[in-house]
Amino acid sequence: MARMKFLCDAERCIECNGCVTACKQEHDIPWGVNRRRVVTLNDGVPGEKSISVACMHCSDAPCMAVCPVDCFYRTTEGVVLHDKDLCIGCGYCFYACPFGAPQFPQDGAFGLRGKMDKCTFCAGGPEADFSAAEFRKYGRNRLAEGKLPACAEMCSTKALLGGDGDAIADIYRNRVLVRGKGSEVWGWGTAYGKPERPAAKPGR
Amino acid sequence: MNAKLVAAILLALPLFLSAGCGEQQKVTVFKQGVYQGKLDARPWDSADFKGDKAEWERAINTRMNGQNEYVRIGG
Repeated sequence: MARMKFLCDAERCIECNGCVTACKQEHDIPWGVNRRRVVTLNDGVPGEKSISVACMHCSDAPCMAVCPVDCFYRTTEGVVLHDKDLCIGCGYCFYACPFGAPQFPQDGAFGLRGKMDKCTFCAGGPEADFSAAEFRKYGRNRLAEGKLPACAEMCSTKALLGGDGDAIADIYRNRVLVRGKGSEVWGWGTAYGKPERPAAKPGR
Repeated sequence: MNAKLVAAILLALPLFLSAGCGEQQKVTVFKQGVYQGKLDARPWDSADFKGDKAEWERAINTRMNGQNEYVRIGG
């Protein structure tokens, strides 16, 4: 088990936001914080593509590099986590992250910026496993229960895959080899079937 | 009796007066590039797996392969 990663299959994502809902529900995420969200390109145009985005748990994470208080750490499974007790809410990680993963709760009357919150790959944080403090600060620790992140497990079309990078890459590779690519996976032919033989000649 | 009380107060007085001097250092001294926070337990050290890494990996692998419906439903 080397590196825990997410992989979103844009050909399968139907923008149902089931992953977003699963994440919110699993960790009791406050209003205004979205650890995961679905981004759609060319929305409304035939052939639009959606992908589910959250912290990608980068192998060389820019958030870790820029954090002035060094509150980030990487677990043995390659999950990037942080200690909320150290976070000063400066927002450097938000600017550094190419995925917009770091979130800042703004529940105060004047846009108070709290400590950073982000996807934990459902691995909790630096508190005792299954403790109330861990749930309050970081959410549920599904990884310690032997489970994968709620978003990936709840994905109805299995567009969002989570787990060991090599294992999910194998699943995706196999999938692409079976279904083909481009117009083979989307459009008239897939929806209504391809003609199996040439049309019969008219007459007689 | 009174003398004992006065003596007790006199003995306890320095403790009260010096209580403010025993303040703990609250400022974290940061070391550049080194994680400063609390240590985290590994997932297989939880109460569910009790340190059995192989059992944890088996559980995770089962869930991971469950995402591949070509295998799960025999596509």
